[in-house]
Amino acid sequence: MSPTDILRFTFTALAGHRLRTGLSLLGVAIGVAAVVVLTALGEGARTYVTDQFATLGTNLLVVIPGKTETTGATPGWGGVPHDLTLDDARAMQRTLPALDRLAPLSMGNETVAYHDRSRQIPVIGSTSDMLTVRDLHMAAGQFLPAGPMDRGEPVAVLGRTTARELFPGINPLGEILRIGRWRMRVIGVLGARGVHLGMDMDDIVIVPVATGMQMFNRTSLYRILLKGRTQADIDRLKRDAIALLADRHREEDVTVITQESVIATFSEILRALTLGLAGIASISLLVAGVGIMNVMLVSVSERTGEIGLLKAVGAKPAQILACFLAEAAVLTTAGGLLGLATGWAAVAALVRLYPALPARSPMWAVAAALAVSVAVGLVFGLLPARRATRLDPVAALARSKV
Amino acid sequence: MIELTGISRTFQVGGRPVYALRDIDLHIAAGEHVAIMGPSGSGKSTLLNILGCLDRPTAGTYRLDGRRVSDLGETELSQVRRHTIGFVFQFFHLIPRLTAAANVELPMVFAGIAPRERRARTAAALEAVGLADRAGHRPDQLSGGERQRAAMARATVMAPRLLLADEPTGNLDSASGRQVLEVLQRMNAAGLTLVVITHDPEVAGRAGRVVALRDGRIVAAAEPRFPLPPGGGRGEGVRSERET
Repeated sequence: MSPTDILRFTFTALAGHRLRTGLSLLGVAIGVAAVVVLTALGEGARTYVTDQFATLGTNLLVVIPGKTETTGATPGWGGVPHDLTLDDARAMQRTLPALDRLAPLSMGNETVAYHDRSRQIPVIGSTSDMLTVRDLHMAAGQFLPAGPMDRGEPVAVLGRTTARELFPGINPLGEILRIGRWRMRVIGVLGARGVHLGMDMDDIVIVPVATGMQMFNRTSLYRILLKGRTQADIDRLKRDAIALLADRHREEDVTVITQESVIATFSEILRALTLGLAGIASISLLVAGVGIMNVMLVSVSERTGEIGLLKAVGAKPAQILACFLAEAAVLTTAGGLLGLATGWAAVAALVRLYPALPARSPMWAVAAALAVSVAVGLVFGLLPARRATRLDPVAALARSKV
Repeated sequence: MIELTGISRTFQVGGRPVYALRDIDLHIAAGEHVAIMGPSGSGKSTLLNILGCLDRPTAGTYRLDGRRVSDLGETELSQVRRHTIGFVFQFFHLIPRLTAAANVELPMVFAGIAPRERRARTAAALEAVGLADRAGHRPDQLSGGERQRAAMARATVMAPRLLLADEPTGNLDSASGRQVLEVLQRMNAAGLTLVVITHDPEVAGRAGRVVALRDGRIVAAAEPRFPLPPGGGRGEGVRSERET
């Protein structure tokens, strides 16, 4: 019996019950569509995040106080590491040969006010080099003035949104801002930048680092950003920085992260998330499979006369098995293809609506979903097909008076 | 061709044995036309099912063309059914979603015969039973007699040597029934061994030999005593009242 013949037999059988076939297809289609859409979302999130980190710039290093291994917690959140000080920053600036520029960062959350308008805004303390290191540009005025790190002038640079909200319709340049108990003069407004390295650079206030550390009452810097001359220098810069600080602190108590390692970490996490989503969506495929088994069992019991006839006419048990198995497999495969088409269409619509999220279903998910739908048909179709094979032809023929 | 020796078939119904066939001995030569008659419950259908390899005897041997069929496995039995035996049932058993032609084609599809040859043989088989113009109709569009003739075309399309018919005219009006019987007789005349179960004396009258069953045993294997329809009747030892 040729495969074409088996398929033709299967199609006429399925076409005989269009509604039943359609509903069974639907179950599988929904499962596959869910896998396609959810993995597209997961993959989109992963791409989004890694793209964001790609904007970090390949030459950038971030030094964080605290080593994950020694403190057992995320660096900077627990344990008792040595302070990362301005002196450390200055030492690095002086001695590291592969270094292009350096920007120390201090971070806090303060109440910022102008006349009667006030808000809680993240405040960063840094130096003039932050402009280049963080790839910022000015919309108005100037950035922090160059000069020694430990000099803290009472000036501030505002993010675009902050300027608009605190100074609606007014030119903020030259105005006096109250940050906590401090009074700072606005000297510049940043151009639009968006979220960068987890910080919204539009809703922010930047002050000189020395002022910042006093403001937030801290002795340790939050981060030090290092920019290497070229990408080839990064590894060397990382080693030198770690060695220098280890020497100064008398132990290795900092974590230095590069763009690659960050991207790799997030990529891992989000890939695992996507896999998890796919797994959950696959549960619905299992449910659809159970539905297929049910439908096939009904089909077999309806067609006992036909099965008895096939046996009488000389169909081998293996052939009867093949016919019913093929029916289940065709059902689930067709459902899988339908689900793929629907899923792709849904993802395309999503991308239209939210172009910021680069949702795209990865090939491995598509292939897996299709393979699983075929497998579901074969596995869940096996029991009914075997039941068909085992029917006693005499009883089968006697039972149906057609 | 057919040798049944000591055939018994016992069923378990509700925990108690039912002796459908008891110690049956039957020989049927190639080319014979045999009718099996008996009241309901006499074991006629069981006997036919065993002859057709659809059922296995509980005891005894069945030799078909000298081959011990009772020993064969299910796959081998399906092969015997495919090439040697053709079935015609009282209730036709055509697949409702397929056309007459597709129904006739069915045994050949499972036998792996190429599509072109299948089409040719289907056309020939339908021609032989007078259904060439109804080939594209589905069973629900055919009359009872047409359905049975389609079933006969299907039963003979693999050129079997033995045709088994279980009450072939039971569901038909007399005109269609006669048509069906004529086709059967024609096939028998061409060399097909024919075994027919019937309760209708007129059907039995066309046979060369009548085997009577009662309570699972053969009580008589006699020639028919009824007058044959004009122009009909074949087989040795047939006596009609007109001859005496």
